[in-house]
Amino acid sequence: MTGVAEAGALTALDADGEQALARTWATPRGLWGFLTTVDAKEIGKRYVVTGLAFLALGGVLALVMRTQLARPESGLISPDRYNQIFSMHGTTMMFLFAVPIMEAMGLYLTPLMVGSRTMAFPRLNAFSYWIYLAGGVMLYVAYLLNIAPEAGWTAYVPLSGPEYSAGKRTDIWAQMVTFTEVAGLAAAVSMATTILKMRAPGMSLARLPLFMWSMLTTSFMVMLAMPAVMLATSFLISDRLIGTHFYNEAEGGSNLLYQHLFWFFGHPEVYIIFLPGLGMVSEITATFCRRSVFGYPVMVLSLLSTGFLGFGLWVHHMFATGLPHLGDSFYTAASMTIALPAGVQIFCWIATLWDGKPRFATPLLFVVGFVITFVAGGLSGVMLASVPLDLQVHDTYFVVAHFHYVLIGGAVFPLLGGIYYWFPKVTGRMPDEVAGKWSFWLIFLGFHLAFFPMHVLGLRGMPRRVYTYGADMGWADLNLLSTLGAYLLASGILVYLLNLVAAARRGWPAGPNPWNAGGLEWATSSPPPPHNFGATPVVEGREPLWLPGEFPVMHGLDVEHREVLLTTIADGKPDIREGSPGPSIWPLLSALAVSLLFIGSIFDEWFLVWASIPVMLCLIGWFWPKSSHSKLVKAPDDKIPGALA
Amino acid sequence: MSVGWKRRRRAALMAALVCVAPAACNRENRNMNAPVPETAPKGVQVSDLHPGPSAATPSDPRGREYEGNATHIANGQRYYKWFNCSGCHFNGGGGIGPALMDDKWRYGGRIEQIYATIAQGRPNGMPSFADKIPEQQIWEIAAYVRSLSGNADKLAAPSRADEMSSIPPISNIDKAPPKGDPDVSKAGGG
Amino acid sequence: MTRLRGRLAIAAALGLGGCRGAQTMLDPAGDQARDIDVVWRAMLIVCGGMYLLVLGFLAWALWRARRPAAVGAPAIGHTPAERTLERSLSAWVALIVAGLVTLVTISFLVDRSLAEVGPQPLRVKVTAHQWWWRVDYDGSPQSQIVSTANELHLPLNRPAVVELQAHDVIHSFWAPNLAGKVDLIPGRTNYVAITPRRLGGFRGQCAEFCGLEHAKMAFDVTVESPEAFEAWRRSQLAEAQSPTNAQQVHGQQLFQTKACVMCHRIQGTEAGGSTGPDLTHLMSRRHIAAGALRNSRGDLAAWIADPQGVKPGTTMPRVPLTSDELNDIVAYLETLR
Repeated sequence: MTGVAEAGALTALDADGEQALARTWATPRGLWGFLTTVDAKEIGKRYVVTGLAFLALGGVLALVMRTQLARPESGLISPDRYNQIFSMHGTTMMFLFAVPIMEAMGLYLTPLMVGSRTMAFPRLNAFSYWIYLAGGVMLYVAYLLNIAPEAGWTAYVPLSGPEYSAGKRTDIWAQMVTFTEVAGLAAAVSMATTILKMRAPGMSLARLPLFMWSMLTTSFMVMLAMPAVMLATSFLISDRLIGTHFYNEAEGGSNLLYQHLFWFFGHPEVYIIFLPGLGMVSEITATFCRRSVFGYPVMVLSLLSTGFLGFGLWVHHMFATGLPHLGDSFYTAASMTIALPAGVQIFCWIATLWDGKPRFATPLLFVVGFVITFVAGGLSGVMLASVPLDLQVHDTYFVVAHFHYVLIGGAVFPLLGGIYYWFPKVTGRMPDEVAGKWSFWLIFLGFHLAFFPMHVLGLRGMPRRVYTYGADMGWADLNLLSTLGAYLLASGILVYLLNLVAAARRGWPAGPNPWNAGGLEWATSSPPPPHNFGATPVVEGREPLWLPGEFPVMHGLDVEHREVLLTTIADGKPDIREGSPGPSIWPLLSALAVSLLFIGSIFDEWFLVWASIPVMLCLIGWFWPKSSHSKLVKAPDDKIPGALA
Repeated sequence: MSVGWKRRRRAALMAALVCVAPAACNRENRNMNAPVPETAPKGVQVSDLHPGPSAATPSDPRGREYEGNATHIANGQRYYKWFNCSGCHFNGGGGIGPALMDDKWRYGGRIEQIYATIAQGRPNGMPSFADKIPEQQIWEIAAYVRSLSGNADKLAAPSRADEMSSIPPISNIDKAPPKGDPDVSKAGGG
Repeated sequence: MTRLRGRLAIAAALGLGGCRGAQTMLDPAGDQARDIDVVWRAMLIVCGGMYLLVLGFLAWALWRARRPAAVGAPAIGHTPAERTLERSLSAWVALIVAGLVTLVTISFLVDRSLAEVGPQPLRVKVTAHQWWWRVDYDGSPQSQIVSTANELHLPLNRPAVVELQAHDVIHSFWAPNLAGKVDLIPGRTNYVAITPRRLGGFRGQCAEFCGLEHAKMAFDVTVESPEAFEAWRRSQLAEAQSPTNAQQVHGQQLFQTKACVMCHRIQGTEAGGSTGPDLTHLMSRRHIAAGALRNSRGDLAAWIADPQGVKPGTTMPRVPLTSDELNDIVAYLETLR
């Protein structure tokens, strides 16, 4: 990893300046550096790698399930083990893979895309990773100890309540949710602040890259949705540990309260997973069609309205519970309405393809695969939005097909394309294009073979979360087909990951901008130096690197101390110079203290009291005041070229 | 380097959990299909009065297994309700029958002795369930009864049932080690 | 892409070829299922049409990409085709809105019709347990209440209202040929209306994850003529037949002295347990163990000998019996017609 900007990077300073900056922003070497780094790139990379590891684990669980279901009454796995496996699969994919990896991509790319040296609140990002890792490790250690969750990733009461879910399994699940939600909230706060306040001069909101718009919307959704699930699971732990009655109908509590709280989070959760993927699709499409995305204002409005509407849909998960039908109809209308911004965005991407000069490298293949797959999933979602039809297909394999189409099609395909696309920037090496194309086709064909038959299975009466089915139900053939597709999909993911692992060591060296893209992240070297940009880039358009003429930069940030530039929210005018914290052990220590509190309180409520003390001590250490350099930059009289008035 | 560290961290966590692992392994087992049907505990004594040297009830290792297993206790809670134990013992506080949550036990309060009480019946109203409830289920009910006085594994016991609340959360009941019943022991029993 | 579409078509034909069935929404046999089928077809047309439009536009874009790529600076800002694309986008939005409004309207109207119940409906109460269904038919006076398990009989063309309650956790009552599913939630009472329009046997299954044996919690629905229904109901009201030969008498004794009587009820005898299914007319049912086994001698014996082997984790315990005792009990149960 080079600490000095390569020749050819647009924002490089002279050699001395670059070396001084690299020293200032460097992470210390060795184990200490590993534990104390606050570099968003380091944290982002390890977040992505950990997320991909959980993808692999969740995928293996899925293969085990599919092997069990390939034949009727196969007897491979006991019902108890199967219930644990499908609960672990859903929990891993939703809490430990999908949301964290999208946030991780954001963590790495946000400073680079907005032209900043680092994220806001660097130590909070480090804390976010450690907490996430602790939660994930706890869950899998629990799986090895036979304490894995067994009531599905949704864990409805009363099945997950104290009477019907014996032992500590559900408590482990509920507390793991708390871990990942705290991690998500921390990252979201940091991301929103960075995008709003730390952009390059001249980058007004109207020039913000679409991926940044999607991360901004996602961050606000996280902040509003995560507390609901923390409440839901905390009430559950409380019922199970100390006998409260939140969900006890006999004492005035309510079973449906759990579902409302959970799905108030659960529905925005899928948009939290899905919106960053949409942002990645925009970035990839623009680069590989050599055309800025058609309809930028409409795209931004679609992202914002999806984020907003996503909070008004949650009851569509509860249509079968017997709520008043008139209220249900409102949620039908809202759930169908959200198809509109998605449909608009699909049009805009295809229009960009149509009007541009497409070059079908692997990332663009994943975009095409995304369109084909996600639109099918979105349309099956419109079907599910209708109350009468949902009453037939709810809790069947039709729903399983739908959400895999929208999650894999709408989030994983863009993610795989995005990881491939930004891989040269992160590692400085090009992945192998032949292997990339192979992996795409294996994944695409394997996915459809695995999940399309599930639509039919649901229509033909197969419910979900069943560990087996009778031979006389007529579901065996399609289940076998689906299992074959699952193995094909897994092989594609394997090829994809091996391609990246091999390329990281032996791929062709990539320059700063191997794809000739237009975003700011391609202005610096590959991989970027610790300080991201030597000189601060100045932005005069939506794709700054595609503007003709010399690339404008600005100088003035301190090279001897860690300093970042804050700009105004709407127009991106330079506002404040502020110090940024260096490497610190406090995020790790705080994460350990919080982990002790969370894990201990699964077993004994007094941990909430006594384990707060180390948390308090760590926070005191973390926030102990240090001198910083904050200076107000005098607002310049002459305008920054290109900035809005 | 990063991979090695992750592995070490994971190993450290597992080492920390090893001390609770054996307990966890037993607590969370869902023993659904035992190969051989369960049997009753042997040699249960219900009274300390007997000629010759004292012969206490031998401790049956299955007792700890049942008391430490969450599924067994949960099943016991269910059968307690279904077989109408609450008809006389209410939810543990007693009524027509003696309380099960305290430390007073006329015929012994260890799990083996409770098993014998359920199976054999007792004077003054406790029916005999020997033929009516299979052995494993009697063990489970006995384990649940033990949890009512805080004598089962606290982590394995449920906090409450989904019913109207009538006793403190079972997982929080203070442990009340069984003693004899003073009213009975005056007469020489217990 | 044509390859993909071809493959999907074959798979769809293979899959949808099984349109008929006893547990499928594609073969509606009742008013409610037929109304839902209308929504399904409307959805297929509208959503399918939209999907084809999207794929068509995509295919066109990919086709255009085959022309030699013009070299030059990437296009930022407005391109010549921008105005056309903007107008197309407006048309697309209008089309989406029209499609969604259509679907919402159809969905709303069908939803209203699902809530309607016909005059003087037959009232049935279903209580879901882990992992079986208790079915009670209303009757007055109380001696006219029919209690059975895992099975519904419905008279043809007569509306029925099923009252749904749960004993322990959330389950879901779903007979796709007849109606949509409705959850059974402890502490709440829900209702589902069913008006069967075709004779035959159908199958339903629990559709809300309810624990270890959720996969094996099914029930049978038999739709028969009103006369046959009345005959069935009268036979269900009768007390259990008395055993005739010595083996059956011994079986009855065993039933009443062993654990069976703690949970099961047989009307007309001393067995009065209510935590398990009512067995008074066990032999009149098509399946046992909530659809897990057929109601045959061998399956019945296997079930009693080891319920945990058939449905691991089920609430019926394994009662230790010698093979003679088992045979006698099964012989007795076979008299319960």
